Amino acid sequence: MSQTTSDSPPDATRDGVTSTTGGDRAQYGLCAGLAVLGALLLADAARIGHATSSNDPVGPRPVPVILGILLLVTAALYAVDVFRGGVGSAEEGEDVDLSTGADWKTLGLLAGFFVLNAVLIEPLGWVISGTILFAGSAFALGNRHHVRGLLFGLALALSTFYAFAIGLDVNLPAGVLQGIL
Amino acid sequence: MDNFANLIDGFGHVLTPMNLLFALIGVTIGTAVGVLPGIGPAMTVALLLPVTYGLEPTQALIMFAGIFYGGMYGGSTTSILLNTPGESSSVVTAIEGNKMAKAGRAAQALATAAIGSFIAGTIGTLLLALLMPQVVKFAVSLGAPEYFAIMLLAFVGASAVLGSSRIRGFAALLIGLAIGVIGIDKVTGQQRMTFGVAQLADGIDVVVVAVGIFAVGEALWVAAHLRRKAAGVIPVGRPWMGRDDWGRSWKPWLRGTAFGFPFGALPAGGAEIPTFLSYMTERRLSKRPEEFGKGAIEGVAGPEAANNASAAGTLVPMLALGLPTNATAAIMLAALQGWGLEPGPLLMEKQPLLVWTLIASLFIGNTMLLLLNLPLAPAWAKLLQIPRPYLYAGILFFASMGAYAVNAQPFDLFLLLGLGLIGFALRRFGLPVLPLIIGVILGPLAELQGRRSLQLSGGELSGLVGGPVAWVCFAIIAAVLLWPLVARLRGRGGDDAGGPGSGTPAASPTAAEVTA
Repeated sequence: MSQTTSDSPPDATRDGVTSTTGGDRAQYGLCAGLAVLGALLLADAARIGHATSSNDPVGPRPVPVILGILLLVTAALYAVDVFRGGVGSAEEGEDVDLSTGADWKTLGLLAGFFVLNAVLIEPLGWVISGTILFAGSAFALGNRHHVRGLLFGLALALSTFYAFAIGLDVNLPAGVLQGIL
Repeated sequence: MDNFANLIDGFGHVLTPMNLLFALIGVTIGTAVGVLPGIGPAMTVALLLPVTYGLEPTQALIMFAGIFYGGMYGGSTTSILLNTPGESSSVVTAIEGNKMAKAGRAAQALATAAIGSFIAGTIGTLLLALLMPQVVKFAVSLGAPEYFAIMLLAFVGASAVLGSSRIRGFAALLIGLAIGVIGIDKVTGQQRMTFGVAQLADGIDVVVVAVGIFAVGEALWVAAHLRRKAAGVIPVGRPWMGRDDWGRSWKPWLRGTAFGFPFGALPAGGAEIPTFLSYMTERRLSKRPEEFGKGAIEGVAGPEAANNASAAGTLVPMLALGLPTNATAAIMLAALQGWGLEPGPLLMEKQPLLVWTLIASLFIGNTMLLLLNLPLAPAWAKLLQIPRPYLYAGILFFASMGAYAVNAQPFDLFLLLGLGLIGFALRRFGLPVLPLIIGVILGPLAELQGRRSLQLSGGELSGLVGGPVAWVCFAIIAAVLLWPLVARLRGRGGDDAGGPGSGTPAASPTAAEVTA
């Protein structure tokens, strides 16, 4: 029953990032991130004025302080666990193939198109930016039917715009197509 | 019986064409996303949240409940036909289900899963209708200290009991709680963790967090590891069962239901443990244990029933206490908050019609699901052939749309990407998603209740441990936290399993798969 997935070193080779030394060193980065988050909470809490009253004897400070300390403790314990060979098993799924390393090029492209959408959504409107987002993401993920990707994207963007923005009053900008749609 | 009068009242309200339509939309979407890889009910409800703020809460909730139940049905189809379960709750189903499919008995495996889910869902919903009002009666007597203790128990339960590593669970919980701190403190008006960014003053909307962690995080994670060759789908005809299969299925269905419902109703239950327990029980009780591992129908019938019964069980704490025990329930609670309804025991008092209509819709949705799934299983299986670039591009598309629609500011899209990267990191390092999302949603509420308790006691810390309910909660928390130490002392001293990264005896790989 006491199957410990985290403490079993064989898992370490599963991700391409880790290799011969055993242990998944990248985990230390996550520990550092947790510690930074804890430090941020403490620093921010120190900035807050000491505002307690008879109505609220606790004030806004204790919770972030407690969380900050817990984060620092957790980061330290986590690092100890990693040092002792602890590995969290990466999430699997229907379309996930963990036998190879992460595909950073696809990720970079996806993030790029994502940011592009964030920049374009207000000036150009959702129909145009959404179409680019869909077609671009599909391209990044390996779609090579460019025209089909654009057409699907346009169909999705138009139908969501009419169904949600016009039908249900959801906030989606019309952008340059204001008055045309 | 008061409950039945209320329930019949609820049926009266759900049986309007509009409500039935929303139930049908819900179960259809739910089954589809359950079948589709990469999408689960929690992600779907999160994606749909922003567009449903314009709907009537009752109708949106009916739809969400349909998605919730439908996702369970769809999930079993995938694990039987593909052998790669999309949700952690259907991991056990895949063990025997896929073996059955490979042996040419896919139709029977799908049939026992669907009928078992229907029976378990119906019994579970009935138990929900009977039990929930009693829990509410008890819950209205609880004060702030008790709620504070129950919420702490939910935090510890989600982090330490589910999943394979406590330290990773707590790390995820603390990230969620830290996100929950961001924004203006409701009591004093002080800004916390906003760093002068005006858009952060109202805090990060739960929808943006949920969509970022579930949808964007999942899409990025899959994109980085996309299987270039699609996994083989086993072709299937219309599900059916012979007399022998019925004979072997009905007891596992009932036993699975008995395992699933109580675990679902516990503050830290979930579906992983009962499905696993059901599987173990069926294997032990089976007259043909040699078939286990080669495709025993009992091994599909029991866990699938347990899975659905636990789904019904999770609605007890959600509706009665405002306490989410799985990801979908957590997002549904966020939805209630979004409509300005206060989840908790008062919901039943203030909105009895909403609650009973929702429960009645569960019966109807469950029946629709059986009718939708038995004849149409081959059609659903076709969904598995959708080209992956379009599927994940579509997820990013809807995620961006939903997140932007919440506040109509592009800032949220950058936030969404940042949260998506956190979601990516969670999946990469095997951190469970559920504690984070529970931390974001319950964190601010827990702080409020804690401060309220101390206000009542004039700042005395003893104010936090008032009442027997709080005592029990703290005792359980202490037991859960101290258990590894005790186990280590009782074991042979230097046993590694007692360390911070020790695993709880969970059946499934990690709770990180608690449905994306």
